[in-house]
Amino acid sequence: MSLAKPAMRGLLGKRLRFHLPIAFALSLVAAAAFKYGVTGPRKQAYADFYKQYDTTKEFNNMRDAGVFESVRTTGE
Amino acid sequence: MLATRALSLVGKRAISTSICVRGEHGVAKVDDYALPAYFDRRENPLPDVRFVTELSAVQKSLKEKEKGSWATLSNEEKIALYRISFKQSFAEMNEGTKEWKSVIAGMFFFIGMTGLVVLWQRKFVYGPVPPTFESEWKEKEVQRMLDMGINPVEGFSAKWDYENKEWKK
Repeated sequence: MSLAKPAMRGLLGKRLRFHLPIAFALSLVAAAAFKYGVTGPRKQAYADFYKQYDTTKEFNNMRDAGVFESVRTTGE
Repeated sequence: MLATRALSLVGKRAISTSICVRGEHGVAKVDDYALPAYFDRRENPLPDVRFVTELSAVQKSLKEKEKGSWATLSNEEKIALYRISFKQSFAEMNEGTKEWKSVIAGMFFFIGMTGLVVLWQRKFVYGPVPPTFESEWKEKEVQRMLDMGINPVEGFSAKWDYENKEWKK
C-alpha cells in the first residue's frame, strides 16, 4: 500500500491550464491556415480573372451562343 | 430503543422476515425494497449499508481488530475489510463491457434492412425519373451553362477550355 494521496483539489484548474493554451493556439492555427490557404488564393484568383476580362468580348460570345432573352444574336 | 438495538444485531436482511415493533401502535411490516440498499455506483461512493451483512467468525474478529490501531492490520486484512464493506472496487465497477459489439452489429443490421427497403421502394413505389435526366438533355444543359459562363473563376466554367472546346486537363 502506502500510495501517495491522489490530487483532491484543483482538478478543473489544472485541466484548463493545460488545455486552454492548446485550444487557443490550435484555433489561431486553424484561422491562419484558412486565411492563407483558402480566402487568400480565392481573392487572388478573382483579381487575376477580372484583370484580363474583356466584357464586350464575353458579352458577344454569350450573345452568339443565344443565352440572352432580350438581346438578339448578331446577324439576325 | 431496545428493539432497534436488537434489530441491528439480527442483521438488516433478517428484518424483512421479522416484524418491526414501533411503540404501542402495533406492527408494520418493512419490505425488503424499502430498506437502505447496497449498490456500486461511481456517483455514490459510500453506500448506506455494507455489502456483507452477516459476518463470519473470522470477519467478526477482523472487525474487532479494526477498532484498534490500523497500523497493526496487514495488507490482506485491509483488503478483507474493504471486501466486507464493498462488492466491487472502483476499477472493477468502471470497466467497460463488450456491449459495443452488439450495438455496432445492431446498427449495421438495421442500416442494411433500411437499404433493402429503400431499394424495394425505388423499384416498386417511385415513378419514372423526369426527362431532364436523359443524357441528351444533360448535354444541352452543360453546353448552356458553359455559354453563360457559370462560375468562371474557380468553379464550373473555369474548368472548361474555351479555345480548344474541351475540358481542361
